[in-house]
Amino acid sequence: MASVSRDIALRAPSRSGAAASARRRALRRNLTGYLFIAPWLFGFLAFTLIPITASAALAFTNFNVLSSNLSFVGANNFATMLSDQRFWRAVRATLLFAFVSVPLKLAFALALAMVFNSFRRGVYAYRAAYYAPSIVGASVAVAVVWREMFGKQGPLNGMLAAFGLPTTAWLGDPATAPWSVILLAVWEFGSPMLIFLAGLRQIPSEFYEAAAIDGAGALRRFLAITIPLLTPLIFFNLVLQMIFGFTVFTSAFIISGGTGAPLDSVLLYSLYLYQKGFKDFQMGYAAAMAWALLLVIGCCTALIFRSARFWVHYETDAEAAR
Amino acid sequence: MTGSDGASLALAPKPTPPMWPLTRRPRRVDWRTVIYHTLVIAFGFVMLYPLLWMIGSSFKPPDEVFSTVTSLIPRHPTLENYVQGWAGFGGISFATFFRNSLIYSVVGTILVVSASAVSAYGFARLRFAGRQVFFVLMLLTLMLPIQVQVVPEYIVFSKLGLLNTFWPLLLPRVGGQAFFIFMIMQFIRGIPRELDDAAAIDGCGEVSIFWRIIVPLISPALVTAAIFSFYFTWGDFLSPLIYLNDPRLYTISVALRTFSDPAGVTNWGAIFAMATLALVPVFGVFILFQRYLVHGISTAGLAGR
Repeated sequence: MASVSRDIALRAPSRSGAAASARRRALRRNLTGYLFIAPWLFGFLAFTLIPITASAALAFTNFNVLSSNLSFVGANNFATMLSDQRFWRAVRATLLFAFVSVPLKLAFALALAMVFNSFRRGVYAYRAAYYAPSIVGASVAVAVVWREMFGKQGPLNGMLAAFGLPTTAWLGDPATAPWSVILLAVWEFGSPMLIFLAGLRQIPSEFYEAAAIDGAGALRRFLAITIPLLTPLIFFNLVLQMIFGFTVFTSAFIISGGTGAPLDSVLLYSLYLYQKGFKDFQMGYAAAMAWALLLVIGCCTALIFRSARFWVHYETDAEAAR
Repeated sequence: MTGSDGASLALAPKPTPPMWPLTRRPRRVDWRTVIYHTLVIAFGFVMLYPLLWMIGSSFKPPDEVFSTVTSLIPRHPTLENYVQGWAGFGGISFATFFRNSLIYSVVGTILVVSASAVSAYGFARLRFAGRQVFFVLMLLTLMLPIQVQVVPEYIVFSKLGLLNTFWPLLLPRVGGQAFFIFMIMQFIRGIPRELDDAAAIDGCGEVSIFWRIIVPLISPALVTAAIFSFYFTWGDFLSPLIYLNDPRLYTISVALRTFSDPAGVTNWGAIFAMATLALVPVFGVFILFQRYLVHGISTAGLAGR
C-alpha cells in the first residue's frame, strides 16, 4: 500500500501513457526487488537448489570422485542401504540420540527458564553461566574435553574411584558410549532456555494470581497456565532441535575418533554419511543417504506441523475463548 | 542500567512482574532464597565443570593432568603447556591455525551479514512478482540439512581445482543465510514505513533508503547476526574437514582434531591449553556482546544448534 502511494506521489502519470507507465513502474519495481534479493537468489540457486537436484541425480549413480566413474545404477544405492548393516546401526544410533536428547534438552531448558524467571539477586549472572556451554558446546575443543572427561583415567572415573564406586571405560562400552554424546547435546540447552524465558516473561502475572485465588496449586498452575501458553515456543524449539538432532556430527566424530566406535554405537547418521562420501568416496551412496535424511526430516517436520493444531495454543485462541 | 548485578553480566532486558505472586516478605533469613542460591550455584558448578577442568588442566604439568584428575587447581601451575602447544605439529604453529580461523570467520561473517541484510530488505520492504514464492523457499531452506548439499558441492569444487583453498568455505556465504535473513527481516518489519515514505518524498531511491534509513536502524540486528555468524564459522568443523587437507590451511577446529588424535598424543596439557585458547575468542565475544545475543535468540530463536 505505502509503496504504491509513494510511486503515485513521485510520478503522477500523464493521461495518455498511463497504461505504459504503469507497466514500466511494475517492471522497475520487480527489477529493484530482484536486485535486492539477488545475493540470496544466487546462493539459493548455486548452493542449494542445484546441489540438491544434483544430489538427487547422483543418488542413482555410482559416482566416485577419485576415478570419475559414473554410471547409472538405478535404485541400487537405496537397495544397498536396506541391506547395509552399518546403515541400520547408524539409523538406530541417530534415533536413540534424537529421541532421548531432544526431549531431555527441552525439559532442562524449560525447568531452568522457570528457575531463572525470578528477580533474585544474581540471576543475570546465573543465566549467563548456564548459557555459556551452549556457545561452545558444538566446538571441537569441547568435544575433545568431553572425550577425556569420560576417558578411562578421566575425572568421572576419578570421582567414582574416590567414592569407592566401580569405574568403567565409558567410551569403550557400546551401552554407555552413546550417552556421553547425548549428555553433551543436553548440556547445550541454553538457546531453548532463553527462548522459553522470553515466553515466560510474556505470561501476565494476573493469570497466576487469579488461579491462586481459585485455589490452584503450583503444579496445577504450571499445567493449566504455563504449559499451554508456552506451546507455540515448545513447538518452535521442538522443530529446530529435532533437525539439529538428526544432523549432529562434530561431537560424534571427535568422541569416537571419526569411526563411530565402539561397535558403531556412536555412528550418527551424518558421521556415516561423511565416511561413505569423503572416506570411501562413494558419492552416489552418500547422496542417496543425504536424500533419505532429507525425506525423514521433511516427514518429521510435517508430522509436527500437522499435530500442532491438537496441542499448540495460540494467544488468539485463548482470547477468543475468554 | 542493571544496578548491582554487575553491568557486565546484564543478560536480560528490563524486569517484568514475576511469574509467581510474591505475597510474603519475611524479615528474617529467607530459607527459600538460601536454598535457591545454593542449588543454582551447585548445579551451575556441575554444568561448568568440564570447562573449568579444561582450563585447570591446561596449567598442570604433564604428569599432573591425569594423576590428580579430579582436582581443578594445579598443584604446580605452569605456562609450559601453552608454549609447547603453540608450537603445533608438523612444523606449523598454532599462530597459523588461528590466522586461518580468523580469516575464515571474519571474511565469512562480513559476507554473510551484508548479503543477508540486502536480501532481507528486499523480502521485507519491496513488492515484486514472485516474492511470496521465494520467501517460502527461503524459509524452507532453514530446515535443510547441510548434508544434502555437501556432496555435489564437493564434486564441483574439486573439479574446479578449488580443494585446499578457502573458496569452498567462503563462496557459499555470498548468498547470506536464511537464519539471518529471517532475523533481520523481523527487525526491518518493526521500522515504521512512514520513514521510508518520507525519504522517498525527499528523493531517495530504494538503494539510499536501504543504506541511509534502514541500515542505521537495524545495526543491533546486524551485530547480533555477526556474532552468531562468527560463532558458527569459528566452530565450523565439517566444511574445513572436507575441503582443507593441507595442514598449513587448517582452521583451529581441524587442527585441534589432528593435534588431539589419541594415537599420537603425549602431552595432554598442551591439548587442553590449545582447546582453552580456541574458546577464548568465543567467550570474548560473548562477554562483550551478550545483550545483543539474548535479543537475537529471543526474537528469532537463533542458534538453535
